[in-house]
Amino acid sequence: MGFWRNQLSGPTDPAADAAWDRHEPRKGFFTDTSICIGCKACEVACKEWNHVPEDGLDLLSQSYDNTGALGASTWRHVAFVEQSSERIEQARESGRRLVQLGMPSVRTGGEPALAGGSTATATLAPPGDVRPGDVRPGAGAGPGPTDQAVPDLRWLMASDVCKHCTHAACLDVCPTGSLFRTEFGTVVVQDDVCNGCGYCVAACPFGVIERRRGDEGHEKTGQSHGISIAGAPGTGSHQNPPSYAASNGEVKNVGIAQKCTLCYDRLGAGQTPACAQACPTTSIKFGDLDEMRATARARVAELHELGYPEARLYGVDDHDGVGGTGSTFLLLDEPEVYGLPPDPRVTTADLPDMFRKAGYAGLTMLGLAAAAFVGRRR
Amino acid sequence: MTVNPFDADRPPERVRRGNGERKRNGQNGARRRDESLMVPDVSFDSYYGRHIVKPAPWEKEIAAYLFLGGVAGGSALLAAGGRALGYPALQRVGRVAAMGAAALGGAALAKDLGKPSRALNMMRTVKLTSPMSVGSWILTAFSGFSGLALASEVATAIAGRSDGGTGGGSAVARVARVLDLVDGPATVGSALFAPPLAAYTAVLLADTATPTWHESYRELPFVFVSSANLAAAGLALVAVPTAQNGPARRLAAVSAVTETLAFERMQDKLGPTLSEPLRTGKAGRLLRASKALTIGGAVGSVVLGRNRVAAALSGLALMAGSACLRFGVFEAGTASAIDPKYTVEPQRERLERRRAAGVVDDSITTAR
Repeated sequence: MGFWRNQLSGPTDPAADAAWDRHEPRKGFFTDTSICIGCKACEVACKEWNHVPEDGLDLLSQSYDNTGALGASTWRHVAFVEQSSERIEQARESGRRLVQLGMPSVRTGGEPALAGGSTATATLAPPGDVRPGDVRPGAGAGPGPTDQAVPDLRWLMASDVCKHCTHAACLDVCPTGSLFRTEFGTVVVQDDVCNGCGYCVAACPFGVIERRRGDEGHEKTGQSHGISIAGAPGTGSHQNPPSYAASNGEVKNVGIAQKCTLCYDRLGAGQTPACAQACPTTSIKFGDLDEMRATARARVAELHELGYPEARLYGVDDHDGVGGTGSTFLLLDEPEVYGLPPDPRVTTADLPDMFRKAGYAGLTMLGLAAAAFVGRRR
Repeated sequence: MTVNPFDADRPPERVRRGNGERKRNGQNGARRRDESLMVPDVSFDSYYGRHIVKPAPWEKEIAAYLFLGGVAGGSALLAAGGRALGYPALQRVGRVAAMGAAALGGAALAKDLGKPSRALNMMRTVKLTSPMSVGSWILTAFSGFSGLALASEVATAIAGRSDGGTGGGSAVARVARVLDLVDGPATVGSALFAPPLAAYTAVLLADTATPTWHESYRELPFVFVSSANLAAAGLALVAVPTAQNGPARRLAAVSAVTETLAFERMQDKLGPTLSEPLRTGKAGRLLRASKALTIGGAVGSVVLGRNRVAAALSGLALMAGSACLRFGVFEAGTASAIDPKYTVEPQRERLERRRAAGVVDDSITTAR
């Protein structure tokens, strides 16, 4: 019974639940957005290694982000947000609130707050070093309880990726068994099995996985990349009209759901995923999930020490709606600012109740039909 | 509002930020203000207005399948009832409709796939966590039983006609006799798989991250099975002579009441934000049309159902009402996925509610 309890929600070891007997440690990313410089080397490295096709050469009027969003042909996406001092102060305020929330020690079974503080702090730099316009106080102001001065402007840059959830909705709802859980606890699509039903696309609470089209990503086509972009409908010059990609035979897996594999092929050979390998500032870190989470916790504590209360972690908690994620993030504002859901919940957590309600509805239908045949014969 | 001496110490009430959208909640403004004293205000942010969850990449075929699956399920029940209680015309029409709609629906599903040539991959596993896998097997079983029942119907009709006076030794007559043996089990099987066929599509939509679909999972199956009954009753009213349309008329009446009640309850439970996609835009128009057609058709069939023409017109209205409902719910879900408001606001609200209640260990965002 214990085995079944956490199959749809709650903390669990997904690789063991998927009946892997060879036990690899669960792998994951830690993306520290405070040291991201927005170079997009991760996007490029991912495309190169995984043969992900071009998906639109459009200007989106979204700061320096012309990629748009994660999708079938975008497995790493660097978000750019420009913020004024007022918005930064709001981010600080929400960060302070978050810190205070945790003060009463409600969690009982948890780890100490700064567990693993010994790991990986050596390579870390304070975020102010890479943010333009950041007004740093004099050199004398070392780490302390007081907050850093609020700059006039800052750029948030964050490299988003598939979360490789503990309870992955895409995997749960896949009707063909194309999506599977690897021995590293990650979630991968078998492109020779997927029949393109699109159920995983609707099920993902983060909007990561998508069905690939031949004319992918162009703002004119009206696929997800093209929805609700103000001021840029079809004005960009398309070097590749939709027919180009479809006819030159280079786009593979058209009609099939695609997403980050956490470089399953490289993992099997003991290699680091392409994006983490290419990241020049170590913003994208890769390793055993436990280690990644410890690094994340140490880093957020360090940033709070340095006077950046807006720093917060995303995805390190096993008790959240998806049972914790394989990709964790350090953010400097609320998740929705980066296009991440603030309280995602795996849809299949409610599945037993859904089937129960459907069962009652089925009985109702039988009852209605029976009632129709009661009464006078004519 | 009461006044007491401590009111002077109360901080000024916060002015709601955000767009005019929120001010519409006039009817429960009082309740919301009380809440704001405990739960901090929810403001809505997004990344350049982009959607967070992706809309299902499904086209009109899937909405059409929702309708066709309903027609198939409801017709199978009418056919079974007709066979048991002696309505031969109802039995015949029900069997043809069940198999025809199931076949059309299956074709629509296959057409919508990204790789239609791999449609049979649906059959390579049985997966209880996937309503689509469960549904594929339900549709397969239903089609098998309904096909047998239809074959028996056709064979009996042919054998009966050619039987004339020759005694029935022909091959057709032998086949008809064999099929006659399986007629009963096929009818029962078809009727048993009919309610799951009509109800699972609601789970199919609800088991997604699409906000309006997911949050309506408690009531949507009841809406869908009623709609299935209505569509099947409508088809029977069109195709069955008035002497045998009594069950279809009564089915239309009780199902219209059930559907209306279930739909109202669904809207209430969704709350003002998440029910907005059901009330506005294209989906809102379709659903309002559905309501008018359903009520009109049901009243017409009950009052004027003994008139052949009026019965047929009522039947058409009922079918159109059911189709509008399916397309409306389908559109509403897509709209709720595309606007990030429907993803962020309800999630923020439930997160703040939990935090206000003292639960701080289940958030995806943490300070340490």
